[in-house]
Amino acid sequence: MNDATGMPQSAVVIGGTSEIAGALLQALVRRRLRRVVLAGRDEQALAKVAAHLQAAGAEQATVMAFDVTEVAGHAAFAGEAARALGQVDMVLVAAGILGEQSESETDPEAAARVLTTNQTGPAAAMVAFAAELRRQGHGRIVVLSSVAGIRVRQANFVYGASKAGLDGFAQGLSDSLAGSGVSVTIVRPGFVRTRMTAGMDPAPLATTAEAVAADIVRALERGSPVVWSPPAMRWIFAVLRVLPRSLWRRLPG
Amino acid sequence: MSPTAERRLLTGWGRTAPSAAQLVRPSSPAQLDALVHGATRPLVARGLGRSYGDAAQAAGGTVIDVTGMSSVLGFNSTTGVLRVQGGASLDSVMRMLVPRGWFVPVTPGTRFVTLGGAIASDIHGKNHHVDGSFCSHVESLVLATPIGRVEVSPTNDPELFWATAGGMGLTGVVLEATLRMIPVETSWMLVDTERAADLDDCLDRMQKRDGEYRYSVAWVDCLARGRNLGRAVITRANHARIPDLSAAGHSAPERASSDRAASDRAATRIASRHLGRAGFDPLAFDPRVALNVPFVAPPGLLNTLSLSAFNEAWYRKAPRQVSTRPEPMASFFHPLDGVGAWNRLYGPRGFLQYQLVVPFGAEDTIRAVIEQLAGRRVASFLAVLKSFGPGNPGPLSFPIAGWTLALDLPAGQAGLSEVLDDLDEQVAEAGGRVYLAKDSRLRPELLASMYPRLDEWRAVRRRVDPDGLIASDLGRRLSLCEDPTGARTGDSATHGSQKREGHLGRLEPAR
Ligand SMILES: Cc1cc2nc3c(=O)[nH]c(=O)nc-3n(C[C@H](O)[C@H](O)[C@H](O)COP(=O)(O)OP(=O)(O)OC[C@H]3O[C@@H](n4cnc5c(N)ncnc54)[C@H](O)[C@@H]3O)c2cc1C
Ligand SMILES: NC(=O)c1ccc[n+]([C@@H]2O[C@H](COP(=O)([O-])OP(=O)(O)OC[C@H]3O[C@@H](n4cnc5c(N)ncnc54)[C@H](OP(=O)(O)O)[C@@H]3O)[C@@H](O)[C@H]2O)c1
Repeated sequence: MNDATGMPQSAVVIGGTSEIAGALLQALVRRRLRRVVLAGRDEQALAKVAAHLQAAGAEQATVMAFDVTEVAGHAAFAGEAARALGQVDMVLVAAGILGEQSESETDPEAAARVLTTNQTGPAAAMVAFAAELRRQGHGRIVVLSSVAGIRVRQANFVYGASKAGLDGFAQGLSDSLAGSGVSVTIVRPGFVRTRMTAGMDPAPLATTAEAVAADIVRALERGSPVVWSPPAMRWIFAVLRVLPRSLWRRLPG
Repeated sequence: MSPTAERRLLTGWGRTAPSAAQLVRPSSPAQLDALVHGATRPLVARGLGRSYGDAAQAAGGTVIDVTGMSSVLGFNSTTGVLRVQGGASLDSVMRMLVPRGWFVPVTPGTRFVTLGGAIASDIHGKNHHVDGSFCSHVESLVLATPIGRVEVSPTNDPELFWATAGGMGLTGVVLEATLRMIPVETSWMLVDTERAADLDDCLDRMQKRDGEYRYSVAWVDCLARGRNLGRAVITRANHARIPDLSAAGHSAPERASSDRAASDRAATRIASRHLGRAGFDPLAFDPRVALNVPFVAPPGLLNTLSLSAFNEAWYRKAPRQVSTRPEPMASFFHPLDGVGAWNRLYGPRGFLQYQLVVPFGAEDTIRAVIEQLAGRRVASFLAVLKSFGPGNPGPLSFPIAGWTLALDLPAGQAGLSEVLDDLDEQVAEAGGRVYLAKDSRLRPELLASMYPRLDEWRAVRRRVDPDGLIASDLGRRLSLCEDPTGARTGDSATHGSQKREGHLGRLEPAR
């Protein structure tokens, strides 16, 4: 059960090897988190995360093979994960790929892969878990969106568009769950130094997985529906969102 | 006819951690029996929802609103023994019986609790040091349990009786209770008020003279620091007898000329005005809700600044020396009941109450709690401090001989949960515990050290609920009903040990 300070005792992580997810789980295990289902494609890497969590105090860390793009299995997976945990206090949707923009722009399959992994797959997973959480009468879905989806830039518009779609989907889902006991927290990080961005030039206000995790924990405590990380992104994007297109197009990066 | 069930989002009084369940309001014990057998699991009773946290919630299951069963079944005006249904409120009992010269043996800070809730939390009042907690005044109970209806008393089934006292509704639904009321001559209290300059002064004054009063409590200013740490206003009282009332009435004007607030003066005026007059009824009892908080306040209304100012004014208002005056029962016992839905003042994120008790001798822990909350500016309204007498045999009954401190804290503050986790450790270390009726965030691992007889309680509970039908959000959050080895009751939660190794590839990726 989530407690009065917003801290979960159990969680399902979609994209269990994500560095941001890993940092958040470590922070939550220091509080109330004890039982975790880690879902993803790389079982060995997942087992390592599981071992880390158990060393940090988790009582249960179950690994489940899962590909977010294979949506036909999502409903069954949600049921399986819920049975493994008893109560699902939190569903963390972290799966995502950046893709190679030049490839995504020219190769239809590459473009589709980014969109399926970041938007279609996670949206379908959220549908499956929303039904599960509705039935259990409580729970929270935390979804990793991105500032890239707030205003899509040509430099990474395929990724940006996938996040814009995911973000919009999560907002609508959140409203549709009002009164059900289930809530949605949308996380919009800026540039985070993880393996996803390895080798890239850090953007202004680049942050770390740990810092994003701390911002998320804070938002859970406050019950905020949207998390900008770092928090200044909220104000930066309030401006960028309304920048004239001619200027926006010419922004560096 | 079976009662209709409605999916509802429920919270406790603190308005945190909502969860949805089927809410059903049976109007007869027969309907309730049927429900206990046919309901969606898990199932728990709910009274007037005055517990602060998630005790009267059962996410995804069935919550039985017992307030539809609130009849008085019998009252013996010679012995003061009352038989009443579990959904009756203390408010209704007082309205019926105070005018006839009988008062409830224990009242919490609000009248709006049910008999069932009073028993499930084994509530305490300002008279714990003299009278003990609620269940010590209960002669017998009728419980609806998954194995059927049972009548329990401290003599015919002491284990089940005391497991129910403070058992947070997890041993069954209280359908009926038989309890002993206490005789009173008037509906007035003779109240002594005095200031204490700091915590030592406060504890000292209470230790020395609590014995002279049936009711005693101190309101501590948790925002005062340094030299003023723990400054407090102590109010202590006995039930006013008729001669007390006239004596107080005669001398009231001089006393009232000091710095008492207008409302206090008014109370005294009412007493003195009516005294000696034909038609004055010393047992009149008809408190009103003067005002309703109409909407949820904006976040942050009660911040450290507004609270400091309030606390300062309130402390200054209290007399330096002991002053005595009569006060109506309702304003002495239930000052907050004059404002309806005041919990909305804490805004959409809600609030929590932290209540702990530590044994006598662990005064340092009380100081540490106040110090740490004052030091970190975790805004708190007034804290309530009082001394408890010995506890009763209930394994989960909260009171033990010592000091109890309760404070309201707005939820959602940065760092709050870590501060409280820290304090919990200190409380457990000192041999103390937190109050489950107020809890909404305890670290479950500490439960067994705070309530060392937990396993004993679990065993009794299993006797009446072998299949684990009854469970609440509180019970699940704290693993109250599960024993630590992994055998479980309550819901379908899988538990630790056998799952320690991560299961690889439990589900093939869908093709
Ligand atoms: C302003 C305020 C002041 C308070 N002051 C005090 C105080 O001074 N001392 C003190 O001890 N407490 C105090 N409390 C707490 C309150 O007395 C308890 O939480 C009490 O249990 C609330 O009763 P309720 O009818 O509202 O029960 P609920 O909050 O609805 O339920 C509380 C628990 O009782 C169980 N329950 C309810 N009805 C039944 C039933 N018929 N059979 C079995 N189980 C049942 C529920 O399952 C739940 O576990 C205060 C609360 C408030 C809001
Ligand atoms: N890093 C940033 O700058 C940044 C900024 C904003 C938002 N985000 C978002 O935050 C989330 C986590 O990112 P991160 O920085 O932690 O990167 P990460 O470590 O690369 O995590 C991405 C995760 O997605 C998983 N994944 C990819 N494709 C999958 C698929 N088909 N099925 C299941 N899982 C799949 C990966 O698992 P595998 O091991 O199977 O590949 C990995 O666990 C992503 O959604 C990302 O878009 C990141």
